[in-house]
Amino acid sequence: MSERKSDGPTPMERFIGGLLPENPVYRQILGICPTLAVTNTMEGALTMGLAAAFVLLCSNVLISLIRPLLKPHLRILIFTLTIATFVTIADRVLAAYLYDMSKQLGPYIPLIIVNCIIIARCEICASKQSVGTAAADALGQSLGFTLGLMSIATVREILGFGTWFGRWLGWRVIPEMAPAHWSNWVVMILPPGAFLTLGLLLGVFNALTAKKEKAA
Amino acid sequence: MKGSYIGQAWLAIVLASAFGAALAGVHAGLGPRIAANRLNDTLSQIPALVPGAARGEAVEVAGRLVYRAVDAAGAPVGWVVPANGQGFADRIELLIGLDRDAARITGLYVLQQNETPGLGNRVTEEAFRNRFRDQAAGAPLRVVKGRAGGAGEIEAVTGATVSSDSVTAIVNGAVDRFRREKPGMP
Repeated sequence: MSERKSDGPTPMERFIGGLLPENPVYRQILGICPTLAVTNTMEGALTMGLAAAFVLLCSNVLISLIRPLLKPHLRILIFTLTIATFVTIADRVLAAYLYDMSKQLGPYIPLIIVNCIIIARCEICASKQSVGTAAADALGQSLGFTLGLMSIATVREILGFGTWFGRWLGWRVIPEMAPAHWSNWVVMILPPGAFLTLGLLLGVFNALTAKKEKAA
Repeated sequence: MKGSYIGQAWLAIVLASAFGAALAGVHAGLGPRIAANRLNDTLSQIPALVPGAARGEAVEVAGRLVYRAVDAAGAPVGWVVPANGQGFADRIELLIGLDRDAARITGLYVLQQNETPGLGNRVTEEAFRNRFRDQAAGAPLRVVKGRAGGAGEIEAVTGATVSSDSVTAIVNGAVDRFRREKPGMP
């Protein structure tokens, strides 16, 4: 069996692809549930990004290793089984070592099981390409996902709480004195703020890409 | 073999067994730590909930787990009663601090909640929780909007009437039940 099909993207192409050209949040519009739900603080966004990265990397590598054994009509079952296992491990580890964060994220860590980014990468890349390519793909996609979450969380946390990494590092962006002249935008903390921010950032992203394509 | 069910599904069966075993291993390894985190979260609140308390001892009262707060010398100074009930979004779990005779509320802590961020979850803030401190436990507390004046009145969190009502109702229910069931202090 040939290790890499001549038409498959190389590991480097896969990695770069996940960062921008095929960014899960801004280009594929996948994983929108966590994107909207946990991006009101940087800590939540980063923890979610890292948990999803762990699950994606482990699932991609394992699926790639067993890909000669996959039966076409049972592959989705195997993907789901694999993903659910790694999500459960991530959830338990968080509850054991980052108890406060696990309390804050509540059901959203277990919900990584139904995050379509992961099953999409298993289907598109890991079940067809070698372990190295699958690992590079997982790293690129999860880095792209984490950056997507953090960009939205940056806007929401600064406008909503006046802080950036406020819970872990205590950084204030808007000075403590400000409330006389500035009141936190509660809407940014609430779900509508997630939709507003995602929509505006998507618009910015699309405008930049369109400009680039025109110039090329 | 090729057409049989086992021939088709052996990979799923093998993986399910292996994953099951792996998860059992993870649970065996981390389970005690997770349980300890929950217990620590509870126990670490006890000194803040009951004045003079240094630590808590778990005791069972009428089939329910409560904590007897004791001072550094081991003498009982009050009680911490876990309670839970439905909030606006999800169940709210509380710890209620009471004095020796369960006559007065000495503190309140929110152990677990999923209320609306920025509005309902402000019931976890000290400003709201302190409104319960030093209230008499004999009569049910009432939630009022605007400034609370009299005894037994709890000022609601602005924009979070349901969450404020829920917390107060959970406290009222649990305090009333505990007062009826509590054993005499040694």
